Amino acid sequence: MIEERIKSGIVDMMERAAFRVPDDVLNALKRAAEEESGVAKSNLMAILKNLDEAGRLRLPICQDTGTPTFFVELGEDFPIRAGIYNLITEAVREATRKVPLRPNSVNPWTYENPGDNTGRFVPVIHVDIVPGDRMRVTYLAKGGGSENVSQLFMLPPVAGLKGIKQAVVNAAYNAGTQPCPPVIIGVGVGGSADIAIKLAKKATLRPLNERNPDENLRKIEEELKEKINSMGIGPMGLGGKTFALAVHIEWAHKHPASLPVGVSMLCWAARKSIADFLPNGEFRIVVP
Amino acid sequence: MEYYIKTPISEEEVRKLEAGDVVYISGKIITGRDQVHRRALEFYKEGKPLPVDLRGMAIYHCGPIAEKKGDEWRIVGFGPTTSARMESVEADFLRAFGVRLVIGKGGMFERTTQAMKELGAAYLAHPGGVSVLATKSVKRVLEVHWLDLGIPEAMWVVEVENFGPTMVAIDSHGRNLFMEVMKRAESRRKEIFEELK
Repeated sequence: MIEERIKSGIVDMMERAAFRVPDDVLNALKRAAEEESGVAKSNLMAILKNLDEAGRLRLPICQDTGTPTFFVELGEDFPIRAGIYNLITEAVREATRKVPLRPNSVNPWTYENPGDNTGRFVPVIHVDIVPGDRMRVTYLAKGGGSENVSQLFMLPPVAGLKGIKQAVVNAAYNAGTQPCPPVIIGVGVGGSADIAIKLAKKATLRPLNERNPDENLRKIEEELKEKINSMGIGPMGLGGKTFALAVHIEWAHKHPASLPVGVSMLCWAARKSIADFLPNGEFRIVVP
Repeated sequence: MEYYIKTPISEEEVRKLEAGDVVYISGKIITGRDQVHRRALEFYKEGKPLPVDLRGMAIYHCGPIAEKKGDEWRIVGFGPTTSARMESVEADFLRAFGVRLVIGKGGMFERTTQAMKELGAAYLAHPGGVSVLATKSVKRVLEVHWLDLGIPEAMWVVEVENFGPTMVAIDSHGRNLFMEVMKRAESRRKEIFEELK
């Protein structure tokens, strides 16, 4: 029973995310459309019209319904623990049939596609054990176009703050016209190579109306956004002022010899949902 | 200029298109992304015919969402994918099969631009992620080939009506709007590197 509830909760989360973006992203796109003109504006107007019709017609916003990715904060006293992996995988199979989602899990050696968005290490599931008896699940439908421009820079520590900033500007330039801009840019500074990239991806999930609590980092985020947008790549790479809706930074302590900088981008179709589950399996959708 | 084009189209028609023009397409378009390009060029090398004649056609960089209801396929998602992935093979593809229009998102580079100029072809940019508007232009699925590659990678032959708006981003006269934008970005990036502290 509790298993069934959790599963249907996750299917519900995936379905909602397919048809809409969270309000903070929608509002940022509307603001950008007001500020732009010409081709940039017409691209943003097409995006807004698409979002409107996706909701009305219950059709996926984008045909790339992404790699199903889950960040789970699992209460140590929540009744389901190791079983959560199977439940999420089952929910992914069901949502793939129901929505329907595009089958995006492919064997890299044989190109075989199982057709249900599952496979080796798919869905992607990150679990953190936290105090308490509840579970919070964040679902991200990560498109291939924006994932393909993920970048890792293993800088020499003498590169310092300037080097970090240059790496992020370079990452945006290298991504160029490819990741379906406007994008949310996540930056992970420090840690090891894997941690930098993971933090970068997590940083893209921070709501656009939530400020970085660290005043210095907030200033760096603003500066990078302004510099990156001044390159004029614009929506869809056809020119304009809005390449980045935001730059978000996360960080970790690092080895003295290393300065990893991970950069992850989330396309404007930032499809994510968040739900809280009670110990009896009842759930409340928090986003969208 | 704004054009309403019906496929197949002639070289003369495609030569009229200029970078920045807006184009709506009706008629048959054929999806082809990574694996269609790979397999089609293998067929060409081996002298085997493709299941569909691509002369004068529009090839669409798209991996759709499709579901089968009874005997009929229904398209649920029909937005463009990143064209840059096909850059290394598109010039050969155009040359081999006589395609006149390539539709996708994010643009293509030097080699494709040169081939389009030489052969008479154009690249149309559809806004990325804007899948619902594209889906609404689909009249029906006419054929599907190579389904063994999976739904996104198969070759879908689809009848559309007023598919668009797309923008001519690479024309047959050597202009490439994406490369123009990135050239400006490159010089601005150099300035930014000086400004950063």
